[in-house]
Amino acid sequence: MGLVMTQNDWNRGRIALAVYAALLFAFLYLPVLVLVVYSCNGQGVGGFPPHNFTLRWYSLLFQDDAIWRSVGNSIVVALASVLIGLALGIPAALALDRASFPGKRAFRRLVLLPLVLPGIITGLSLLMLFREADVKLSLATVILGHGTALISVATTEVYASLQRLERVQEEASLDLGANYWQTFWRITFPHMRLSIIAAALLIFTLSIDEIAVSFFLIGRENTLPLEIWGRLRRGITPEINAISTIIFVFSLLTILAWYRLRIRGKGETEPFQAAEPLP
Amino acid sequence: MQSDGQALLADGSADPLLCLRQITKNFGRHTVLRNISLSVASGEFLTILGESGSGKTTLLRILAGFEQPSSGEVWMAGERLDPLPPYQRKVNTVFQNYALFPHLTVEENVAYGPRVAGVSFDEVRTRVADALTKVRMLSFKSYRPANISGGQQQRVALARALVNQPRLLLLDEPLSALDANLRRQMQVELKALQREVGITFILVTHDQEEAMTMSDRIALLRSGELEQVAAPDEIYCRPATSYTAQFIGHSNLLPATVRQGMARTGSLAWPANVPDGSALFSLRPECIRAAIATPGAVRFRALVLDYAFHGASELVRIETAESLTLTVRCPQRGLLRGHVELEFSPEDVVLVRESAA
Repeated sequence: MGLVMTQNDWNRGRIALAVYAALLFAFLYLPVLVLVVYSCNGQGVGGFPPHNFTLRWYSLLFQDDAIWRSVGNSIVVALASVLIGLALGIPAALALDRASFPGKRAFRRLVLLPLVLPGIITGLSLLMLFREADVKLSLATVILGHGTALISVATTEVYASLQRLERVQEEASLDLGANYWQTFWRITFPHMRLSIIAAALLIFTLSIDEIAVSFFLIGRENTLPLEIWGRLRRGITPEINAISTIIFVFSLLTILAWYRLRIRGKGETEPFQAAEPLP
Repeated sequence: MQSDGQALLADGSADPLLCLRQITKNFGRHTVLRNISLSVASGEFLTILGESGSGKTTLLRILAGFEQPSSGEVWMAGERLDPLPPYQRKVNTVFQNYALFPHLTVEENVAYGPRVAGVSFDEVRTRVADALTKVRMLSFKSYRPANISGGQQQRVALARALVNQPRLLLLDEPLSALDANLRRQMQVELKALQREVGITFILVTHDQEEAMTMSDRIALLRSGELEQVAAPDEIYCRPATSYTAQFIGHSNLLPATVRQGMARTGSLAWPANVPDGSALFSLRPECIRAAIATPGAVRFRALVLDYAFHGASELVRIETAESLTLTVRCPQRGLLRGHVELEFSPEDVVLVRESAA
């Protein structure tokens, strides 16, 4: 009997699985929930259970110039990283997809390397480079750091979409009288568009909360994560919970948008319509 | 195989639309096309027929401009075609899987060519409507390609190509993705459309029946070389080579010895106006019949080995006294059984060149 699985054993197994799943989700998301809850806690960071719901920390946050300055810096850095990443990443993806050149395989691996490389390595090596080149650290150096580290994001996203484009589509366009330039803008680019938007969103999000590379390359102006990190050394304040909640919600929305674009890019096909009978 | 592209023209006119001159194409060390010379008349429906790997698609891609010949020239209407990029040729293609643009509607797909050509907005509209009407797809103009059936996509692809008023339309196995019924129907429609628009069609296919029913002429391609270029009835009744005889329809190949105007294989002997020596002949299964004492016919006795039902007729395998196995197409079921007496007319026996292995 011992080896036969009864209905009871089966149910017990399902309950155990459900408990496991609940614990896993709690482990992943409870800290975030605590952060969100305490950002509205009337007694600041202390005290359990939280009570006196308040938006005071948010209003305090809105009066904090240093935080908003760092938010502005982060946005500038993120936007500039998006521009650099796309400007260098898209041509790389095009080259990988259609050009054949010696060392292409090595190039493909190398392009992906910054994505795998720990931020510490990227940051440190760029710092040494800038030192050597006698470049003063500033937001510009942070932008260069993020941009180079995130080119690979644009390359992988766009390359994946180009791989899904049937080459015969472009041949059909040439056949119909469009030259190479027109074909690129009318056929290839619309096909890549979703992946470009997705890459931009992803680069933006990754750049906004990047710490390791920024830490090495930052000048006098702080980005938001570094501002928060600096304040944490003086203890956790409810304001930090508030700004973190905002970042969390913002990142969540961006990632959701990116994910949706990705699904759409894979091309859901609508169901077949009934064919019109021939006259 | 004709040596000069000018030599063979269906309508006998001296001024072909398209002229291929000794086209050779190599991919690396591999030769895909060897010394192809061919002329196509204006308004002709030519089919390039061949098995997969015969080089037919490569030849089509050279005409469309997606491949460059390794040597040789392509001329169209007195103009050198092969150096031109695809978008400067008055040539359009219907691709094998149609290659419609998925992000554009049916109407935008058809309007693509005229639009990039800079045709005025109003004229694009009329021309697109005309083209869609011609293929009976006007009511689907706002659909996306993913939402119409394969046969409908096929027609949109046709309209998208024809709306540019090309001198030459290339069709790359356009019917292979359709089921048998729809394919037969489209064969008829395509042929009718070609007559209506009067544009030269070059169709590539591996389907010999399709080639026979639709074309004015068939160019049979084998391992990158033209085996024979002729009208369907001629290529069927007067195959030039043993490969043609066997690829198009069934055929009995008779290796014979010719002496003083008589060809002989075993006890079969028939008059043949060819020089002495060994020669290969082709005899179609339907040219052998139960003996009815036709004057001049060659009579022989044989044993029926087996038979297969083929709708209107029956294919019967027989063996002659010298163990020569032949196939006979008999229009009457059950007529040929056991020991039979058969005959064929000497004029139905065609001398063929032995194709290289």
